[in-house]
Amino acid sequence: MINKKVANVSEALIGVQDNMTFMLGGFGLCGIPENSINELVKLNLKGLTCISNNAGVDDFGLGLLLHKKQIKKMISSYVGENDEFERQMLSGELDVELIPQGTLAERCRAAQSGFPAIYTPAGYGTEVAEGKETREFDGKMYVLEHAFKADFAFVKAWKGDAAGNLIFKGTARNFNPAMCGAAKITVAEVEELVPVGTLDPNQIHIPGIFVQRIFQGETYEKRIEQRTVRQRD
Amino acid sequence: MLDKTGIAKRIAKEVKDGYYVNLGIGIPTLVANYVRDDIQVEFQSENGVLGMGPFPFEGEEDADIINAGKQTITTLPGASFFDSAMSFSMIRGQHVHLTILGAMEVAENGDIANWKIPGKMVKGMGGAMDLVASAENIIVAMMHTNKAGESKLLKRCSLPLTGVGCVKKVVTNLAVLEVTDKGFKLLERAPGISVEDIKKATEGTLIVEGDIPEMSL
Repeated sequence: MINKKVANVSEALIGVQDNMTFMLGGFGLCGIPENSINELVKLNLKGLTCISNNAGVDDFGLGLLLHKKQIKKMISSYVGENDEFERQMLSGELDVELIPQGTLAERCRAAQSGFPAIYTPAGYGTEVAEGKETREFDGKMYVLEHAFKADFAFVKAWKGDAAGNLIFKGTARNFNPAMCGAAKITVAEVEELVPVGTLDPNQIHIPGIFVQRIFQGETYEKRIEQRTVRQRD
Repeated sequence: MLDKTGIAKRIAKEVKDGYYVNLGIGIPTLVANYVRDDIQVEFQSENGVLGMGPFPFEGEEDADIINAGKQTITTLPGASFFDSAMSFSMIRGQHVHLTILGAMEVAENGDIANWKIPGKMVKGMGGAMDLVASAENIIVAMMHTNKAGESKLLKRCSLPLTGVGCVKKVVTNLAVLEVTDKGFKLLERAPGISVEDIKKATEGTLIVEGDIPEMSL
């Protein structure tokens, strides 16, 4: 067993600097690395490039970094429901690259898997494909999309062990697995860090080889963005 | 004329036995409520769930179980969770049979625009570009005209495109139309709506052949 466990979030984030590129897991506010984000806010890093499907909401998740103008560039697929984001984007303060959601996932997975680039049909014939190489395969057109290059990936899992093995819960899995091992250093935070040997190897979603540092998050707010319920009959 | 529920009810009739279906945000989400219960259908949500069920009962919401609209949901027996890359393998790999999504504009050649109004509104494309680039069957659910009363069924889209030549069918508050090589072919009228009404509200080429039946819901 190779021990990946670090004591806390500040140890997990050793080496983060201004102007770095980060990957952050999560879909909306579901499955976001809350503790790592809060620490990045505290460290007050500037000039960051963040690769994340969404940009949080005004007062939670990546919205906290946006609010303090710590982010220079966002690479995302959907940024609605965040007024400050929209304001910074339309005023030109924030550089934004919007890309299709499947392309975002696959550019992470390409980085994780050692592919320099992938061909996807998504975005062909739209402004997303402008300036990019295109190619026909079997009569259909595809766009060449490059693997991301990132300094740190911050992911959040449900359970993990000191070997770095991860298990996710529900739809909080989303972009987290594809980001593991897709950056120079992957930092995994988990709700529950269990003793090595207690996770069933058959049930591991992400093997520890993709993770460099793991810690148990102090608290999880797990805010719900759209609380929808039905009435009991 | 149909309301949003009516559009969803009409589209639900397009969902066939054995289909895996991806529903977009807005009117498409309502479709799940009106699918016949004597057929086997599974709903996929691109954030990573297959076998989506109804909203949870109050007090049973789980922050870790949401749909692509970020709403709390439940899952049905046989459901599965997966990561975003696998989710789009299902979509790009054409394992999902039917995609139902909303639009700001649809052109008579099947182009669709639904993610950006330059200078005004930029929310992003989310999974829409992946869905429209790969889905074999795409149905658009939308109002026939915008809030200013202008047609959303056009000769050419004016807004930035989401996908090219991909829409197969459009269901609006006024009509059901099929996208053909020659333009929008009118298939059905909404209750109380005449062919003339539909002509007036359609900027793109409208093909009317024979008697156009009123849709049954």
